[in-house]
Amino acid sequence: MELVNIEQLLEKYLDATTTLAEEKVLQTYFTGDNVAAHLIEYRALFTFFATEKNERYTKTIHLKRNTQKWKWLSVAASIVLMVGVYSGYQEDKQQKEVAKLYAETQVALRMLASNLNKGTVAIGHLQQFETTKNKVFNSSK
Amino acid sequence: MNQSEFLHQVMPFKDKVFRLAKRLLVSTEEAEDATQELFFKLWKNKGKLTGYKSVEAFAMTMTKNYCFDRLKSKQASNLTLIHSNYKENGTSLQKVIELRDSVSLVHELINELPGQQKLIIQLRDVEQYEFDEIAKMLDMKPTAVRVSLSRARKTIKEQLIKQHNYGVS
Repeated sequence: MELVNIEQLLEKYLDATTTLAEEKVLQTYFTGDNVAAHLIEYRALFTFFATEKNERYTKTIHLKRNTQKWKWLSVAASIVLMVGVYSGYQEDKQQKEVAKLYAETQVALRMLASNLNKGTVAIGHLQQFETTKNKVFNSSK
Repeated sequence: MNQSEFLHQVMPFKDKVFRLAKRLLVSTEEAEDATQELFFKLWKNKGKLTGYKSVEAFAMTMTKNYCFDRLKSKQASNLTLIHSNYKENGTSLQKVIELRDSVSLVHELINELPGQQKLIIQLRDVEQYEFDEIAKMLDMKPTAVRVSLSRARKTIKEQLIKQHNYGVS
């Protein structure tokens, strides 16, 4: 390729009016060994483009997430936790109910007992009456 | 689209996706993560892919959007600049060192370009897409692509000449 042509192509290149084929010509010229001294700056540019194109993605691409099963495991774990907390709460509620019933029964029984005691006190008075009556009847005999 | 069709139609441009992601995100690790993520997304939406004229162009658009989102998000705020090693055979050691320096200079200059210009330079000068294809990928007019590309090329050229003269004098 004539140097004049290369210079013309470069002008076009900078105006972004070159075709892909013309850019290929420039690429070949500037990555070769015979670059004119006054165009030496362009060498780095085209070398850069050439090396960049050779860069590869070297890792393997996973199309399926391997975290998928862990997601389900976490869902399962949270259900277990929720059931556990709920049944624990239910049990606690039951226990509290039992304790409440027990306390209420105790209060009721205590009331009954105190009322019964009142009765016994009253019967105590009757006893007094009985002994006095006996005294009277016995002395009159 | 089944698995073998997907492997034949979509997998071949994984390197292009990776290179574009790396151009925009700079770090290799970030670009690898992005590539993995994008292909996972493509695979999940494989049913819809047949509706697109060019799956490749669609994937490039997706890559562009994904990378710009990544750059905007805070997660990407700790991106680091990593230079790759450039290899070239057939020139003397002195020349190789000089060339390697100037090639990594080009790398830096491209990194400093605005996102859109970086994108267009990558798609045209590295991946060698036609202007019409690039215009479709980026949802721009072909003339706008040309203008942006010309601006990017001229910026790099001026910077290179400046650096070169600085080295000489």
